[in-house]
Amino acid sequence: MSLTKAERTIILSMWSKISTQADSIGTETLERLFAGYPQTKTYFPHFDLHPGSAQLRAHGSKVVAAVGDAVKNIDNISLALSKLSELHAYILRVDPVNFKLLSHCLLVTMAARFPADFTAEAHAAWDKFLSVVSSVLTEKYR
Amino acid sequence: MVHLTAGEKSLVASTWSKVNVDAVGGEVLGRLLVVYPWTQRFFDSFGDLSSASAIMGNAKVQAHGKKVLKSFAEGLNHLDDLKGAFAQLSELHCDKLHVDPENFRLLGNVLMCVMARHLGADFTPEAQAVCQKVVAGVATALAHKYH
Repeated sequence: MSLTKAERTIILSMWSKISTQADSIGTETLERLFAGYPQTKTYFPHFDLHPGSAQLRAHGSKVVAAVGDAVKNIDNISLALSKLSELHAYILRVDPVNFKLLSHCLLVTMAARFPADFTAEAHAAWDKFLSVVSSVLTEKYR
Repeated sequence: MVHLTAGEKSLVASTWSKVNVDAVGGEVLGRLLVVYPWTQRFFDSFGDLSSASAIMGNAKVQAHGKKVLKSFAEGLNHLDDLKGAFAQLSELHCDKLHVDPENFRLLGNVLMCVMARHLGADFTPEAQAVCQKVVAGVATALAHKYH
């Protein structure tokens, strides 16, 4: 799966809006993940996951920053996220199904905050882009 | 069957009451066909599905989307027996329509995105969580009679 020019354009233009609210988007995405899919909390036994927790905010920022790295290197996501891919494969070992859940929660967050920008084409482009990012993060699993 | 507390049922009702079911059904089905183009396989008779704008403006998509969402909304009156409520539709989707149940999950998630788009901050993480339980329950109910 590779992104078309039109899809890249959509991703880049929406990213410029998203990045202005990056931290709160990250936090909200994780809140949605943990509320909607409580089993995902099993990866964070060491965290205080209450809404508003500093750890939640910090981790949300990290996640969105990584998405940002993928956006800025949209022509070579595999290379840009190589270290993160190794981290997930060898250390974190998050089951691949969870990347779909996180991606979905990020889409919902974007839809809620940018209703006018989140057109059907934008929805399609972002779903595809996040699916590519998820593939990169799991490509070294076995 | 979906297990919701009284508080959760109330949250579903109040969240859903903010949705214009008639208006939104077409958008949900349209987005399914745009975001997951392989789902178009079930709609060969719908005419022009050649672009996102063609799909979103397609009258058959709008009409069918409305029908689908009305059916979903009806299910919300039977949260304690979704399998019973959707038994006939389940048989139809298996025996006549030959729809892979994975498509019910995809549609449910598209519905979540559309609700978020229309409700904004009102579609809180808690509201989403409880709605996810409902769409998962409906998807399971629709798959229940498959054989």
